[in-house]
Amino acid sequence: MSAQVHGTQNFDKAKRAEIKFGEEAMATVQKIISHYPADKRKSALLPVLHIAQAEFGGWLSAETMDYVAEVLAIKPIEVFEVASFYTMYNLKPVGKCTLEVCQTSSCWLNGAEDIVRYIEKKLNIKVGETTKDGMFTLKTAECLGSCGTAPMLQCGASFHENLTFEKVDNLLEKYRSEGRLRSYTDKDYHNTL
Amino acid sequence: MGKKLLIHNDKVPNIHTLDVYRAHGGYASVEKALKTMTPDQVTDEVKKSGLRGRGGAGFPTGMKWSFLAKPEGVPRYLVCNADESEPGTFKDRYLMEKIPHALIEGMITSSYALGAKTSYIYIRGEYFYVARIVEKAIEEAYAAGWLGKNILGTDFSHDCYVQVGGGAYICGEETALLESLEGKRGNPRIKPPFPAVAGLWGCPTVVNNVETIAAVCPIVNMGGEEYAKIGIGKSTGTKLISASGHINKPGVYEIELGIPVEEFIYSEEYCGGIRNGKKLKAVVAGGSSVPILPTELILKTAKGEPRLMSYESLGDGGFQTGTMLGSGGFIAMDEDTSIVKNLFTFSRFYHHESCGQCSPCREGTGWMERILKKILDGRGTEADVELLWDIQSKIEGKTICPLGEAAAWPVAAALRHFKHEFIDYVKNPKNIKDVKHYFRLNNLVEA
Ligand code: FES
Repeated sequence: MSAQVHGTQNFDKAKRAEIKFGEEAMATVQKIISHYPADKRKSALLPVLHIAQAEFGGWLSAETMDYVAEVLAIKPIEVFEVASFYTMYNLKPVGKCTLEVCQTSSCWLNGAEDIVRYIEKKLNIKVGETTKDGMFTLKTAECLGSCGTAPMLQCGASFHENLTFEKVDNLLEKYRSEGRLRSYTDKDYHNTL
Repeated sequence: MGKKLLIHNDKVPNIHTLDVYRAHGGYASVEKALKTMTPDQVTDEVKKSGLRGRGGAGFPTGMKWSFLAKPEGVPRYLVCNADESEPGTFKDRYLMEKIPHALIEGMITSSYALGAKTSYIYIRGEYFYVARIVEKAIEEAYAAGWLGKNILGTDFSHDCYVQVGGGAYICGEETALLESLEGKRGNPRIKPPFPAVAGLWGCPTVVNNVETIAAVCPIVNMGGEEYAKIGIGKSTGTKLISASGHINKPGVYEIELGIPVEEFIYSEEYCGGIRNGKKLKAVVAGGSSVPILPTELILKTAKGEPRLMSYESLGDGGFQTGTMLGSGGFIAMDEDTSIVKNLFTFSRFYHHESCGQCSPCREGTGWMERILKKILDGRGTEADVELLWDIQSKIEGKTICPLGEAAAWPVAAALRHFKHEFIDYVKNPKNIKDVKHYFRLNNLVEA
């Protein structure tokens, strides 16, 4: 059933059986659920999807969405329709670090296009692609509220602002050497405001 | 030095902590309201203050509050709209990040006025780390008894929670925000019913912007009448302006409403003039959706009076020669800026952010983006320029929510004031190559 709802041919039952929040994540999920009236668990969906994405590899597979539906006692389709609406949820695998370069007006006025081109060249990928080693995915984003510190890019929870090519170099270096998945839910964020 | 009420303490070390915030007079409005005022008295002060919604629409806050239905036995909610996504706007982020308790204090005082036992702060998902800062402040407030049961020993109890979004501009529209808070797609609802009658989970709800809620604290502290003396005419109080673009000192500034636009752009206290000694070409004064104005019209009204940073003065001349204060997202562009290209970034944005419910918006935004792309690629015709005008005129007023207008207005304004540039691009495509969007550190680009 779920497989059809998600429109996927390869709903993997074995994989689904393995998906389960760890203790800490589950505690956070329960806390979020407690913020809403008992019969309104569905309200927790957006925050819980963020946690699920961070816990299960940086994207939301059909199996992960199915699991979230179970946790919140809602239908899988209710999860999918939300996950497919909002831009922060990845419905396809991405690299460990997704670089989202803002391209809207204030950032464009300050050279966002040059930053995008520079990263494309440096990583040898185009916007929307992932490096072969699975380390970086490059995306463009719309105004992220850093217009006064443009140009900027977001990676996980971190905002990297007033970008220069040199800063980009250092950033890629740092992320590559640390080599771990970067998520919006990360507690160790970097920001320059 | 203009009056500051919201971020006057932003440079105080550790002002984000409860102790320091409290030591600088924080939570006084909660004490005053809960101990010496009835909820209706608080609402009255907000009405007298003339405070208008700081998210963009500028609707009188006190009036919005007075619409809240109060049926027996049904919970009421206050929801803070912290889904700041209007391009050019970053003031709420600044306020929440620097002084999170100012928002929480406002949430408590406002909730007391509205009789809301629970409130939610809906923060755009991209601001995840900001949500963490606000959550931490909420924890501190609980621990110190500012939130929870029987606040200050009164019978007022209040819970406040943060919810993060998933990355959708449309959720800044209040009914879309409520849908999202309920765990659904951010599709705006058809109004009526308004949230004041049927909002979150069908219960009466007030949705206010971060800055609006924070402004309730100084209003309660000084009294609505005193607050109304600040500012000019019906634009009372102070406003946070997010300044960006080609200016020397981008950042968030708190201004007393009514200062001249010219002063805001050129004085050292604010933007510090245009970078690299360039001339100003145009300004988007209130976030991407408000009409862009050329230098002559942003500095002076069509009547030749100095243009002021106020709802009325920026609006003077209607859309023919004026604009709007909007969210206070102030983007300045220098003489080398391509207005067509800037518009393209806006149109791309609205196309990306249209929720897809209404066809004029869903189809129109993409269509406008494609035409602008065509023009920028040097394949445009004069008929395309006319078509752009035609499309935008057929979106306005034909959609459930104002995203349609927000997408149409910038196109209309760019054509109204800079049509010559569009025509030049289609007639002389070689001029398009002259478009300069230079990097702040120009030298690095050449490398
Ligand atoms: S335009 Fe890039 S952060 Fe606002």
